Amino acid sequence: MKEQKSLPEFSETDTIAVVVNGHLCERQVPVRLLLSDFLRHELHLTGTHIGCEHGVCGCCTVLLDGDAVRSCLMLAVQADGMAITTIEGLAGNRDQMHPIQQAFQQKHGLQCGFCTPGIIMTVYAMLQEHPDPTEQEIRHELSGNLCRCTGYQNIVESVKLAAELLREQHLEVN
Amino acid sequence: MLALLGQYGPDAKVLAGGQSLVPLLNMRLAAPAYLVDINHIAALNYIKAEDGCLAVGAAARQRQVERSALVRQQFPLLVEVVQHIGHMQIRNRGTIAGSIAHADPAAELPALLVCLNGVVVAQSTAGTRFIDAEEFFTGYLSTTLQPDELVTEVRFPSIPPQAGWAFIEFARRSGDYALAGAAAVLTPTADGRCLSAQLGYLGVSGAPVRAHDVETLLIGTTLDDRTLDAAAEEASRIVSAELNDVHATPEYRRALTAELTKRVLRAAWDRRKP
Repeated sequence: MKEQKSLPEFSETDTIAVVVNGHLCERQVPVRLLLSDFLRHELHLTGTHIGCEHGVCGCCTVLLDGDAVRSCLMLAVQADGMAITTIEGLAGNRDQMHPIQQAFQQKHGLQCGFCTPGIIMTVYAMLQEHPDPTEQEIRHELSGNLCRCTGYQNIVESVKLAAELLREQHLEVN
Repeated sequence: MLALLGQYGPDAKVLAGGQSLVPLLNMRLAAPAYLVDINHIAALNYIKAEDGCLAVGAAARQRQVERSALVRQQFPLLVEVVQHIGHMQIRNRGTIAGSIAHADPAAELPALLVCLNGVVVAQSTAGTRFIDAEEFFTGYLSTTLQPDELVTEVRFPSIPPQAGWAFIEFARRSGDYALAGAAAVLTPTADGRCLSAQLGYLGVSGAPVRAHDVETLLIGTTLDDRTLDAAAEEASRIVSAELNDVHATPEYRRALTAELTKRVLRAAWDRRKP
């Protein structure tokens, strides 16, 4: 007779330590918690938006050790020991805007704003790698972020301006 | 790790990049009792050229392959194929081996592996198996991988230096799953005829397809227009009649497969080196 198999008990929570926007956060979290829900519900960083929750819309994009990733396609426990940057940490200061944010404001790169945090995090990662992208490169790199309002034209214009502002800033620093 | 899979295999899923598995979890389409996370296994994170193959370890991400100088120089076809996968954010997490193990018939890498006659290395506590690509994929999201086995490595064979290669797919929006696509490698003879042909298709059937019948038509030809027409017609027969969904009818997919076949063969043949 086949023995009734009983599944072993693993802990349903785990303690993780992540650096979020420069601050070390240690939390006990359910092992099944998504990184996006961890950021929003545990850390109350609600700037990271959740659109489709299956990796299509790009709204939940954050930086994980510098790379743009979908925070809805990762478990929070998988981020243990890693550094995360969200839209709240981009400018480094609540009263300031990052040049990419300034560019989006100036060029009307948003309407309802729901997709904007994900787009700005994607743009940040893109401009780190390609400081002077062509329009085609901008459109290609942004293809993983959906916007229902703008028609993308002003987003592309914003990215061009952001690239310019960041290059100027870079020249001033050096 | 392998012991864990040996113990919980049927109730467990391996979590690599998670770009296919986590959506399935989020939508409650999959509910494994255990996830076995292999992301932290540094020994599985490698890309190396050896024995005429590019060997990619199970933890190596698609973006690593895309950026690798070794792959760019020696396996440009793989870079071209990887750049068609999802979006940059997906490739930053997604792994090469994970895409192979997931075996989505509309995914790019399974079609490439079948085209190149690559090998899947699978390990369990019982030992190591080397599975040919055509033996590995059995149907929709199905493979010959056993519940206690882990894909530890995927091997993409090198192509001859004189061979031309190409990859093409058609998707409605950038980054979407393609309706159909094909990878081709054509090796010429010294007098400009086709010595060998390898063709792999995605999106045309329940599993990625190696098009042996189309390949046979090409051997010995100069890939003139008549040959391309015949190849396109033969290729359209691969399309499964069951692929009738909101995205396209089988008739549309047949016409698309025929046209993509011509284009991929022309592009590969133009890239051959004399």
